[in-house]
Amino acid sequence: MIPEIGHFALILALLLALVQAIPPLIGAHRGNATLMAVARPAAQGQFLFVAIAYGCLAYSFLVNDFSVANVARNSFSQLPAVYRFAASWGSHEGSILLWALILALWTTAVTIWSRHLPEDMSARVIGVMGLVSFGFLLFILVASNPFARLFPAPMDGSDLNPLLQDPGMVFHPPMLYMGYVGFSVAFAFAIAALLSGKMDVAWARWSRPWTAVAWVFLSIGITGGSWWAYNELGWGGWWFWDPTENASFMPWLAGTALLHSLAATEKRGAFKNWTVLLAILAFSMSLVGTFLVRSGVLSSVHAFATDPTRGIFILGFLGVVIGGSLTLFAFRAAKMPTGGSFTWFSRESLLLANNVVLVAALGAVLLGTLYPLFMDALGMGKISVGPPYFNSVFVPLITPLLFLMGVGPLARWKQASLPGMAKQLRVALAVAATTGVLVSLVSGSFKPMVSFGVALAAWIVITIYLGFAERLKYIGGEKLPALLKIPRGFWGMQMAHLGLAWVLAGITLVSGLETERNVKMNIGDTTHLAGYDFTFQGISPFEGPNYRAARGNIEVASGGKQLFVLHPQKRIYNASGMPMTEAAIDYGFTRDVYVALGDELDNGAWTVRVFHKPFINWLWIGGFFLVLGGVLAASDRRYRIALRGAEQPAVVPQGAQA
Amino acid sequence: MKRWLLALTMLLAAPLWAAEAVPVGEDPAIEQRMVNLSTDLRCLVCQNETLAGSHAELAEDLRREIRQQMKQGKSDSEVIQYLTDRYGDFVLYKPPFRSYTLLLWFGPFIFLLGGAAVWYFTLKKRRAMKPANQAGSEALKQAVDLLEKRN
Amino acid sequence: MKRWIPLLIFVALAGFLYVGLHRDPREVPSPFIGKPAPAFTLPVVGQPGKTFSPSDYKGKVWLLNVWAPWCVSCRQEHPVLMQLAQAGIVPIVGLNWKDKDREAEALLARLGSPYTAVADDVGGQTGINYGVTGTPETYVIDKKGIIRMKHIGIINEEAWQTKFVPLLKELNQ
Repeated sequence: MIPEIGHFALILALLLALVQAIPPLIGAHRGNATLMAVARPAAQGQFLFVAIAYGCLAYSFLVNDFSVANVARNSFSQLPAVYRFAASWGSHEGSILLWALILALWTTAVTIWSRHLPEDMSARVIGVMGLVSFGFLLFILVASNPFARLFPAPMDGSDLNPLLQDPGMVFHPPMLYMGYVGFSVAFAFAIAALLSGKMDVAWARWSRPWTAVAWVFLSIGITGGSWWAYNELGWGGWWFWDPTENASFMPWLAGTALLHSLAATEKRGAFKNWTVLLAILAFSMSLVGTFLVRSGVLSSVHAFATDPTRGIFILGFLGVVIGGSLTLFAFRAAKMPTGGSFTWFSRESLLLANNVVLVAALGAVLLGTLYPLFMDALGMGKISVGPPYFNSVFVPLITPLLFLMGVGPLARWKQASLPGMAKQLRVALAVAATTGVLVSLVSGSFKPMVSFGVALAAWIVITIYLGFAERLKYIGGEKLPALLKIPRGFWGMQMAHLGLAWVLAGITLVSGLETERNVKMNIGDTTHLAGYDFTFQGISPFEGPNYRAARGNIEVASGGKQLFVLHPQKRIYNASGMPMTEAAIDYGFTRDVYVALGDELDNGAWTVRVFHKPFINWLWIGGFFLVLGGVLAASDRRYRIALRGAEQPAVVPQGAQA
Repeated sequence: MKRWLLALTMLLAAPLWAAEAVPVGEDPAIEQRMVNLSTDLRCLVCQNETLAGSHAELAEDLRREIRQQMKQGKSDSEVIQYLTDRYGDFVLYKPPFRSYTLLLWFGPFIFLLGGAAVWYFTLKKRRAMKPANQAGSEALKQAVDLLEKRN
Repeated sequence: MKRWIPLLIFVALAGFLYVGLHRDPREVPSPFIGKPAPAFTLPVVGQPGKTFSPSDYKGKVWLLNVWAPWCVSCRQEHPVLMQLAQAGIVPIVGLNWKDKDREAEALLARLGSPYTAVADDVGGQTGINYGVTGTPETYVIDKKGIIRMKHIGIINEEAWQTKFVPLLKELNQ
């Protein structure tokens, strides 16, 4: 009964999505206030019914209703309740429903916080989001019904993929989807601007906080995903350039470019067309990512669904949404460059350079991800494009960007003075170079990449300091109150940049300095790595809720002093019989000690892999600051005032000054 | 003193055959070469794992094969040749430089150069652009339109 | 014109994605197509002292079916091969891949053998030389000993009719 209610709620939601889209869009076109007024209640109703549907699905999972095919395939009676709940988005059908739910959630958020917008603008935004909702709900009902029944119902389920049974899986997909789908708001704003022909500065200001919040969620999702891979996949990697990861990285790159370009559009009225295009691009990348993961066109560890009919549906949907919006763009984009003049060396020119590099990097990731597909489609054979390609292409592409990250925030709008900045930059360069040299001295070996990466990170950090110093000088007075007077937008930008510098330092240090050993260990055997002594004290059996495991006892000592005991596991899951390696990690600010069990040998001996990973946690600490920066930027005072609704957009477009 | 005691108890606690653990590969130098090589190779059965990271049986067989060939004194490129002869370019995570991969390898830098060109021409135009009243009548009309629509 | 560029890029991309949808990312073409079948000499299962080499079948069109007793899909494929063998369309040679538990002989005695000969590749070396990634895989080898096709996975009715029959007809002419 409950699944049928869910199914019915989905049908109602589909109809409401149509109501949310068509009348308001017509109303906005004709200036009919009654039709426009339909948008908000319809959107909220749509959210309500999708939420009911999702609740029904989650309920079916929680009560182990194996007559529902989706539950039978992805859950198991012994699975802990929290994973049963998470399993509701672990399947293809469930994850698409989560997509629709989150889209409805964002739409509802727009209905609440868009009261200050002109009525036709908000009607168009909500209407466009309604069209997207309609497409997704139709897809769910036609091609991937999560409530399909099985008859006869199996006795038990076949379990959630063990890879997904990790606390990370509980948080990772919802965060990622919040980010993916969040870009739909900026997209809807861009489409609304194109439809209305009003490509003014106001829409940039309106969509900026939404974009920042979506970007925050996507950043949390990606950082969390990387953390999950590191903990769960069992060999200590944290980024694999896997198509699924690329699918989340591409919208992030586009979204990052969009955030920067929105700044230029809002503050200076520059690059309006470009910003609109980026807003379309960011959401398109979310959709393309969904397509790549869901359609099975690319083989991937995580691609759990491979079904061409679904693929064709999503592709058709992509064609309508992306093709439609790009056609609209071609017709409606402004014919003349917008904004005022600026010089070679100005905040605008540097932001444009940032965008150029980010989009080129996005292009590189897209090219590498899709190239095997191109080759295959042209009948030229199969090739693989993997981490060695991406690393060797992406690093040189992104390096100039990291360098610019130090310069950009110091540069003034319109025209910056190069001689004025030269002094600051010389200091930063000197400090960065010294840091680079120091790193190779301290680590005791000269590795060019490590020194260069750390120097680059130092360069960014120093310029952040210089940026604050200049601000303080400008405000004057006591340091501390002056710091508080600096707008949160500035704080946000600098925190995010600091976070990225931190991530950069972590990546270069761990990539350059990590060490590992792969050894055969009898009971009592010891191996040594990076000043740590690992002693294998045998295996004890361990019973998990839905798995059995061999649990290793490995004592770690340093300089004869016992430090801690690690318990890596080798699990066999009861339902699927799938083996899983569960690594044991001792976390630290400057290093992780990471141990994973390999295979059982004779006489209780095992092969054991031990890793020493210096500074790996800086990746996630940096990720935290990146996210914090986004949160600060989104909560800047300007937007809060805008939300309260009174204020008119304060900035007049430069192009319209005449 | 305490440390000595601890060391002593640890010695006693450890079984008699306690010893230094043996590396999985007998020759550490070859092992290192094998790992380096196989991180750039694809595990064929698991599809999206490297040959170095995979626990699949075929991956283990191939690693053993690589080790053996290296022991016989084959160079890295000879080992790669051996694998591509059997499994095609699909095993290589780093696609080889061929006519059909030129776009793959140069594409990103073409994007960057294209972007740089866009940047250059945009800025050139911007610098030439004086305040809007000199930007021609069409632009002026548009600007006025914009203002009107906004108000 | 400039403003149409993004749309054009997208249309091209969508075209590739559409074609890509109809391709199986897991099917990897063999580099051996059109090349001579790698030579080997292996003992024959159940016939001590006898060996098999591909050169024994020069002048014949034949199938090399890589299988193993531990392989579940091969068990599903077995009845199909039995039917083919009974129909006598083409000789099928088995390559018993990595049968460490030595079960092949007993298994074939129990279920019946569709093979004219079964080469015993315990170490798996020959399989690797043929670029085998998993069982079952089937190679079509022509009269000159050239590999003409490789089929990955179970041979089902559809695959047999569409992939094998036309090719075998052509090769036997």
